[in-house]
Amino acid sequence: MAKFKDKCAIVGLGYTPQGKLPDWTVRELFLEASRNAIDDAGLKPHDIDGILVELCWTDPTTQCWALQQDLGIKELSLSANYDSMGASGGCKIQLATMAIEAGLCKNVLIAFVEKTATAPAVPYRGGMGTMMAYGLFGAMPGIALLAHRHMIQYGTTSEQLGEVAVTVRKHAMLNPKAQMRAPMTLEDHQKSRYVAWPLHLLDCSILSDGARACVVTSAKHAKDLPQPPVYIMGFGQGHVVMDPVHRHDPLSTGAARSGKHAFKMAGIKPKDVDVLGLYDATTYNIVTQLEELGFCKRGEGGSFVQNGRIGLGGEIPVNTSGGMLSEVYLQGWTGIPEVVSQLRGTCGERQVKDAEIGLVTNQGGFICFHSTLILRR
Amino acid sequence: MTDQIPKPDPEVTPENKPYWDAAKNHELLLKKCVDCGHYRSPIYITANICPNCGSRKPADWVKASGRGKVYTWVVMHRVFHPGFEPEYPLVIAELEEGPRMLANMRGIPNSEIKAGMPVKVIFEKLNENITLPQFAPADK
Ligand SMILES: [Zn+2]
Repeated sequence: MAKFKDKCAIVGLGYTPQGKLPDWTVRELFLEASRNAIDDAGLKPHDIDGILVELCWTDPTTQCWALQQDLGIKELSLSANYDSMGASGGCKIQLATMAIEAGLCKNVLIAFVEKTATAPAVPYRGGMGTMMAYGLFGAMPGIALLAHRHMIQYGTTSEQLGEVAVTVRKHAMLNPKAQMRAPMTLEDHQKSRYVAWPLHLLDCSILSDGARACVVTSAKHAKDLPQPPVYIMGFGQGHVVMDPVHRHDPLSTGAARSGKHAFKMAGIKPKDVDVLGLYDATTYNIVTQLEELGFCKRGEGGSFVQNGRIGLGGEIPVNTSGGMLSEVYLQGWTGIPEVVSQLRGTCGERQVKDAEIGLVTNQGGFICFHSTLILRR
Repeated sequence: MTDQIPKPDPEVTPENKPYWDAAKNHELLLKKCVDCGHYRSPIYITANICPNCGSRKPADWVKASGRGKVYTWVVMHRVFHPGFEPEYPLVIAELEEGPRMLANMRGIPNSEIKAGMPVKVIFEKLNENITLPQFAPADK
């Protein structure tokens, strides 16, 4: 396992405008982020020999072959569509690292696009018929059922979840790119309407259009490229049964297994991490992941997030960009570029001083897919 | 309310049809492995192979007691389908036989739902084809 430690690096990041983008097609956003990541890495499209993408439900042509075609790349050594839902971003970086280390390819482009702000909602896929008959649509009510169980079992409170929302909003206010920059108080959180009681609107992520991409290469090659390399120190995954009703242990999301692998590979402990990017479909996702990843004990996530501990200047800053709750809903691609940027030291007002090691997670489905990446500068 | 938009039907497949047929007769069915005795919900595990022991022998369809305890619930304020009225409860209960089950709570205000409270399965006719198992409070 340790053979992958520090062997590869993220050397290019690609962004697009984000928010409401009715004038952009999904394919244009996808290509724009990809081109920008390749430029940022100081490479040309023909240097890319691996492409990993994930499905965008709005436009099912956003596939590896389409990106290859649009970038004009003649031949690839690795090309695949990956689907661990929202966890795909981190999982693809892991796969790229393994493929590069196996000698299969050299420079892997990984891209993502989302259009939930202006494209029509796409119905949830497969196997959900009986849930819908009872009125359970999409991931949010399923996550709310788990969040409420956490409250029942451990006494976690809505005010504690509110503290998460308020904290990441403060971060978003320091991020010029963030969609939600108006100040938020705990009272605003408590007064916001319920989506799925006990979760309020301000417990839930926002909707966005946008795309992001990155380039992964070997640590050796990274030294010749313009950006300061951000090394992939450790990674892991954990996946539990999707269905929150029948999951063996509904409060386990796979994050414990995922984090354990990543910490072991990196050879570090939670206390060594300087900045966290935690997948935040809801405020509850942050609470449960802090527990499962070992930043606090199970059941103590609610009190852990209080008193500024997860804010900038606190013990362990979480989601410094504002995350999916307040910056932008680009699934795993909200957190990954932010943690890379923290380690590059380019986060301006919201920079975590001397950040050396970052940990970023992605989750998918009813928080059943989990990816952990531990990165260092 | 003749103009009300109907709720979506559950998926009836050849594998789970006995479950929905039984619901019309006000019976809740589970599948029980003939080799290891493991109970499973036929609308969750649709395959004819036991997830616990791998037995390929056809499982027994058995009548469940319909009794369980509330594990967690939410109240849906945001409605994602026009067939539903706001502030409906979504409840997960643990059935006596082991599997959990999702349904709506009937017969009490949302504010009276409590963790661990005993529930029984009742049956609600959705249309000519579908009767939905639902939860209602039960005596201890
Ligand atoms: Zn069996």
